[in-house]
Amino acid sequence: MENGMMKPDFFFYRKKITSFIMMSLTFIAALAAIIPLVLIFYYTISKGITYLNLDFFVAMPKPVGESGGGMANAIVGTLILIGIGGAIGIPVGIMTGTYLSEFGKNKFGYVVRFLTDVLSGIPSIVVGVVAYTMIVVPMKHFSALAGGIALGILMIPTITRTTEEMIKLVPQTLREAGLALGIPKWKTTLSIVLKSAWKGIATGVLLGLSRAAGETAPLLFTALGNRFWSTSIGQPIASLTVYIYDYAKSPFEDWNQQAWTAALVLILLISLLSLLFRVITRSKYKTN
Amino acid sequence: MSQSVSKKEKNNFLKRFFPSNNFGDFIFERLTWLFALSVFLLVILMGYEMYEGSKISIQKFGLDFLVNSEWDPVQEIYGALPIIYGTIVSSLLALIIALPFSIGVAVYLAEVAPPWLEKPLSFLVELLAGIPSVIYGLWGIFVLVPWIRTDVEPYLSDKLGFLPFFRGAPYGFGLLAAVLILTIMVLPIITSITRDVLKSVPRSQREAALALGATKWQSTIIVLKDAKSGILGATMLGFGRAIGETMAVTMVIGNRALISPSLFDPSYTMASVIANEFTEATSEMYLSALIQLALVLFVITIFVNALARLLVWSMDRKWKTV
Repeated sequence: MENGMMKPDFFFYRKKITSFIMMSLTFIAALAAIIPLVLIFYYTISKGITYLNLDFFVAMPKPVGESGGGMANAIVGTLILIGIGGAIGIPVGIMTGTYLSEFGKNKFGYVVRFLTDVLSGIPSIVVGVVAYTMIVVPMKHFSALAGGIALGILMIPTITRTTEEMIKLVPQTLREAGLALGIPKWKTTLSIVLKSAWKGIATGVLLGLSRAAGETAPLLFTALGNRFWSTSIGQPIASLTVYIYDYAKSPFEDWNQQAWTAALVLILLISLLSLLFRVITRSKYKTN
Repeated sequence: MSQSVSKKEKNNFLKRFFPSNNFGDFIFERLTWLFALSVFLLVILMGYEMYEGSKISIQKFGLDFLVNSEWDPVQEIYGALPIIYGTIVSSLLALIIALPFSIGVAVYLAEVAPPWLEKPLSFLVELLAGIPSVIYGLWGIFVLVPWIRTDVEPYLSDKLGFLPFFRGAPYGFGLLAAVLILTIMVLPIITSITRDVLKSVPRSQREAALALGATKWQSTIIVLKDAKSGILGATMLGFGRAIGETMAVTMVIGNRALISPSLFDPSYTMASVIANEFTEATSEMYLSALIQLALVLFVITIFVNALARLLVWSMDRKWKTV
């Protein structure tokens, strides 16, 4: 415009101003999206911290009416549940991901890829219902095993897709180098391809575990909950999330307070897991 | 002579069953294939288990289950219409509010934001998606619902009370609270997929627009038009998430099977009925009806997700062939 070929007119300014206004609106939308995040963190931390003490981690829940006490059983329960889930979700996810990236360029591969994506969209409560009819009904009682299996099913899509994506990032030349040395394909895949992709796979695994740690709905009628100490996988088991749900609904103010503290502990646990994966993956990006 | 022929035949025979030259390769491929097959079978098994579990309810109510509006466990009458109504209305309203925000945030992240700001902002949006649903519910009960009860609902009924949507006593717990919390929960999902879709539109589209003298906003409109089907897919994924969302909704929606135009009234969703009543279901028919509800939810979410994935995938393919 400055070279004098055309004088800026009304329409020129109007489209400039419209553009400026719309772009500013997108910025405001971005700020607005952050507000709920800030609010949730603010309340969880400020309300949760009042009860956060050593007792919360080592003591058992007190009966109704008595204040104090902790959630040692729920913290251990959550860890056991995601442990069982991981024992199912990790091998299935990694092996399926390996199949999809190394052998999955066929119709069956596409179907499985599609179904994993669909599986990731199935509500977690539906998975809970299936775990109920499949495990709780035959066993005739609620158990940590049923809850863990439900969590394991929920982990499969995340781990599968991350594994597939990460293995695909491994350069083709590495595979060719292995094969050229006369190493069979299975050994190349295991000791070269998977080995160079393991950091990415670990990210997927930790993501799957931390999501499972925050699940409540599939545990309501599988692991159920337990006010006592239990580490048996055949018995109902406590979990942080189900405690938050029960205590948030309860009429006792003391329990409501503890729900906030449990929420804070849950967020800390999940952050710990994601911190772990940041530490693991950091060196990867540095070498790049 | 004859010996070598038979050896050759034996080799062919082996080849048919072990097509790879290496036995280890064959085993490895089949092993990973088995795991892939297990995922395939798992989805089918889930559908089958729920069908079996809800058989007596399906036999008794049939399709009436979906159109009957009475949910009465005492008299063993199960009609899911008000529940399906609550599920769809709460999800749709949440989508309508979340969509403009999500597209705005996605445009900011993909088109406007400088790189040093884009990374932390994307991280925060993903953090929002990572908060467990039960914590949303906890926050909903103690922060959002009191705020709605004392500020939002009195204000709305004062200013817009002539509309049937904003009438009734301000309880706080109800459809409005569920809609707001669902809006917050679907926003990060729609945003992050829309951002990826926008980024998959080639730079040349923007450069062509800018070279013709378009402003940033005009070029963004062109990019948005290119990304139409991907954005639709992202919206449907958000819808799938909203109808299946359980804990946060159960904690704030009020939990009553009711068809009412007012947003202040309590409502119920399929997921929250299951969460609330499953452990209380004493009779076989009650349990069966709840499992049937889960089956309906399963079928709807599979349908929605499959369509959404196809739309997002079609976006990917569109630019790969260009």
